[in-house]
Amino acid sequence: MFEMDWQALIDSKDVLLSGMKITLQITVVAILAGLAWGTVLAVFSLSTHRALRIFSQAYVSLFRSIPLVMLLLWFFLIVPQLLKALFSLPSTVDLRLVSALTAYSLVEAAFFCEIIRAGIASLPRGQLQAGYALGMTSRQTMRYVILPQAFRAMVPLALTQCIVIFQDTSLVYVIALGDFFRRVTAIGERDGTIVPILLVAGAAYWAATTVLIAITNGVRMRLEK
Amino acid sequence: MDYRWHWGVLLQPVATGEAATYFDWLLSGLVNTVQLTLLAFSLALAIGTVFGVMRTLPNGVARVLSAAYVSMFRGVPLIVQFFIWFFVVPELLPGRAGDWLKSLPSHAQFLIVSVVSLGVYTGSRICEQVRAGIQARPVGQFHAAFALGLTRAQAYRHILLPVTFRTILGPLTSEFLIISKNSAVASTIGLLELSGEARQLVDYTAQPYESFICVTLAYVGLNFAILRGMRWVRRRTALPGTIGS
Repeated sequence: MFEMDWQALIDSKDVLLSGMKITLQITVVAILAGLAWGTVLAVFSLSTHRALRIFSQAYVSLFRSIPLVMLLLWFFLIVPQLLKALFSLPSTVDLRLVSALTAYSLVEAAFFCEIIRAGIASLPRGQLQAGYALGMTSRQTMRYVILPQAFRAMVPLALTQCIVIFQDTSLVYVIALGDFFRRVTAIGERDGTIVPILLVAGAAYWAATTVLIAITNGVRMRLEK
Repeated sequence: MDYRWHWGVLLQPVATGEAATYFDWLLSGLVNTVQLTLLAFSLALAIGTVFGVMRTLPNGVARVLSAAYVSMFRGVPLIVQFFIWFFVVPELLPGRAGDWLKSLPSHAQFLIVSVVSLGVYTGSRICEQVRAGIQARPVGQFHAAFALGLTRAQAYRHILLPVTFRTILGPLTSEFLIISKNSAVASTIGLLELSGEARQLVDYTAQPYESFICVTLAYVGLNFAILRGMRWVRRRTALPGTIGS
């Protein structure tokens, strides 16, 4: 039951590597796109235009109240149809991957928006006034005074969120996308080694997370110096 | 994109021959989600409190155990934990317990495994909040308790914990909301909670939008209910003399 067939795992290393590639790809894209779109949403939420504020608020609360599993199912329903309707796609495009990337980017934007907003809110009000007193427009104040400081204040929380994203990518299981975890379970089911291989997968995620946490703590300590 | 809306499909009897409509399936999914959320949150609170307290004890072994628990369960993605509890743990259980679990009807098996997976995982997050909450108490409260002749257990039970829970009600509310959403992961091991039913309905009716919209609204409603419930708890338990009371 617990005999691990390491040779079978080594033989499947190409499959596992391509799974890891997908896991990393989703993580990186979700972080970058989520940060970019999340920054825009955070700026919206502080805008003087009421419509922008309401949009940002509604967006964030909608995405935060729906389970990630359900959002992945939604995006895997909508994105492929939308793409097919808009473009004539070559059949080589992996619609599952595109759907997952879209879902994670849009969801994580809502979380990053909250983190950035908290970063901005932690700054003293005088910073805004100082910007205006120097003759900057509100956009310039945002760009040169507020955001650089807000980003520094939010680094610890944002890094923790990146680790959460890395772990959450494993949920693409529900749309049958072959990330690391999906590939691992497939090998386990094929060889009848699901019990030991799940323990190996758990250990692999734990090791990766532990290293990432150590890096996060290192960065945090440097910032606090 | 020409989609044929057909809301009436929800009121049709299901194709499996049971005496139920597709809407009844959704309702039973909602019941399962609520059940799982409440049971798992209770378990998480209990485990989180025990390990959170252990982290603040002078005993080094208790502190290391608690730290190991948090590191282990926060370091592995939730879906992996569900799979390990479902496929691996029953094999590790001593003979009779393992056989008992496997002899249960599948729904009961799914529910037990889901409550344990979700509860133990969320417990590791609540543990950190309880620990931080206790450590934020002024040390004088502890000394005062000892001066009054209370034992350590009594000091925790009557002085520290009642105040700690009230001060961490905000983060606990977030955990409650998160656990209700994380309950959707239970569909991957076969529990037919809301998102499991959503997928099943797509297979049976080929009307994905209707079922997804219903399920999404149910989650939003559940979120709202939890927020309202916790607001009521907050009002009832506010510390006298604080701004929130």
